[in-house]
Amino acid sequence: MKRVGLYTAALGFMAFAGFPFYWMLITAFKQNRDLYVGAFDTKHVPWIFNDPPTLEHVRLLFEQTQFLRWVGNTLIVVVAVIIITVAVAVPAGYSLARLTGRWGERLGMGIFFTYLIPPTLLFIPFSRVISFLGLQDSLGALILIYPTITIPFCTWLVMGFLRSVPWDIEEQAMIDGYSRLAVIVRVVPRLIVPGILTVVVFTFTLVMQEFVYALTFISSVDHMTVSLGVPIALVRGDVYHWGSLMAAALFVSIPLAIVYNLFMDRFIQGFTMGAVKG
Amino acid sequence: MPFRRRHRRQAQAVSLHRRRTLADREDVLGVAMLAPALAYVILLVGVPFVLAIILSFSTASAGSLTFGWAGFANYAAILADPIFLRSLGNTAIVTIGSQVLVVVLATAAAQVFRAAFHGKRTARFVLLLPWAVPVSLAAIAWTWIFDSTFSVINWTLKVSGLLHGWLYWLGEPGLALFAIIVVQAWRIFPFATIIVLAGLASLPQDVMEAAIVDGAGFWRRLFHVELPLLLPVVAVAVLFGVVYTATDLGVVYILTGGGPANTTQVLPTLAFQRGIQGSDLGQGAAIAVFLLPFLIVVAIAMLRLARHTEVGAR
Repeated sequence: MKRVGLYTAALGFMAFAGFPFYWMLITAFKQNRDLYVGAFDTKHVPWIFNDPPTLEHVRLLFEQTQFLRWVGNTLIVVVAVIIITVAVAVPAGYSLARLTGRWGERLGMGIFFTYLIPPTLLFIPFSRVISFLGLQDSLGALILIYPTITIPFCTWLVMGFLRSVPWDIEEQAMIDGYSRLAVIVRVVPRLIVPGILTVVVFTFTLVMQEFVYALTFISSVDHMTVSLGVPIALVRGDVYHWGSLMAAALFVSIPLAIVYNLFMDRFIQGFTMGAVKG
Repeated sequence: MPFRRRHRRQAQAVSLHRRRTLADREDVLGVAMLAPALAYVILLVGVPFVLAIILSFSTASAGSLTFGWAGFANYAAILADPIFLRSLGNTAIVTIGSQVLVVVLATAAAQVFRAAFHGKRTARFVLLLPWAVPVSLAAIAWTWIFDSTFSVINWTLKVSGLLHGWLYWLGEPGLALFAIIVVQAWRIFPFATIIVLAGLASLPQDVMEAAIVDGAGFWRRLFHVELPLLLPVVAVAVLFGVVYTATDLGVVYILTGGGPANTTQVLPTLAFQRGIQGSDLGQGAAIAVFLLPFLIVVAIAMLRLARHTEVGAR
């Protein structure tokens, strides 16, 4: 009896969480005459395929829209932001965890708090900074601004990650005659590969998801990223191509969902550090 | 700690046999490695943050780079503006409403997902979907779900006999706000669930066992033992949820665009409409500044929480 309740509750949560994705899936592959039947027609069941599925919307998405171009733009921004974030946040996290002593912890907390300053507070001053730098409507604006979100969080992640890395190996290297700098350059990178991987994944997901800055800085369809282009530019005039729109949403969501599942526990450690202590 | 320090001293003693150079000075290395991150945060978060506040007292517009001092004119203008007051209220309603839903859903879901059952991995994967998908894409999917003609919700309600008229989800202010709250809660509760689960896993086992030995049933254990112990963790989830909801632009922008007739505007969408689309940077900045009280409350609560739990853990 208890098991039945458990499974019912689990199914209920799955239904609520997964429903929009089921809806993306079914919309993306339905024929138009099956799709656009008003909900007042109670005889036509919208939850299932009443006609055979079609690839028409997917074809339209790939052949007649800028979708692939947006994917390309997103990848360019992803790679650039990852490089900047790793180069800046990983050394900073190491420094705060190992080199700066007592005030490192406080400073780390301070840096993490800047993560709470939201894009919606900063987009107005940034619009001025971006036009001052002449970066309006270019991917450069996104590459410059996105690290303001990734660096604070990733510095914090790396700092937390290093707490779980024993000090012995670095110490041994110093006893063996390495200078402190040589330890950092030659020994440390190998120790923190998993931490760096988490930084890369977090940055990837963040860039894929960001909407506010992209909406503010990017105006031409050619320069859009997927999270901006799909909801904003796939609407032609007043006509929504719901099939293609949902196909695009689905194709972007699936890889992100898989990545999230693999790295979830690491992210959560970053968020709950302090509140949950072993 | 003393163990670690002793070895460190030994290591330094060994390096003393070589000539000690700049490459051995931890303070110098520490500052050098931290400098780029600090520079980034100060120049591109700190300075713009101050600039946001300065702009809110200015006559700045998007066209020109110079601007004049406006004093409190922008604030006076928005405080006299019913649309602004409504958006301030909406921000509070959406934030509080969605977080109440999140707390209920997340603590319930955590109770389910701590148990072992078949297909748990799949269930977890589905549960996490809302948090993984980009906000803007989730919002466009919900826009389609709430469509005025094709809404599957209306169809289902009608067929099950619960609805006789018609619901224009995004066309009526009350329903539209309700839809926004549901989408925000949907988007954030998986994240909250995972945080609560992490909290459950770290609960002291002896307390739970003592409660069981004392004969406390499931509900009693839940409300009198677990939830009080979980409070700091739930608070963390709520605090992040407040920041994510109060400062979110995407859901409202895509779902309703602030409509019908500006009745569902929230602070971020109104700041965007006035500041970016309307080119009145000064007023846009003044509107966005009203997000600060939400953030300050959250920041203070987090600091207190961090200190509180640190004391408790030792």
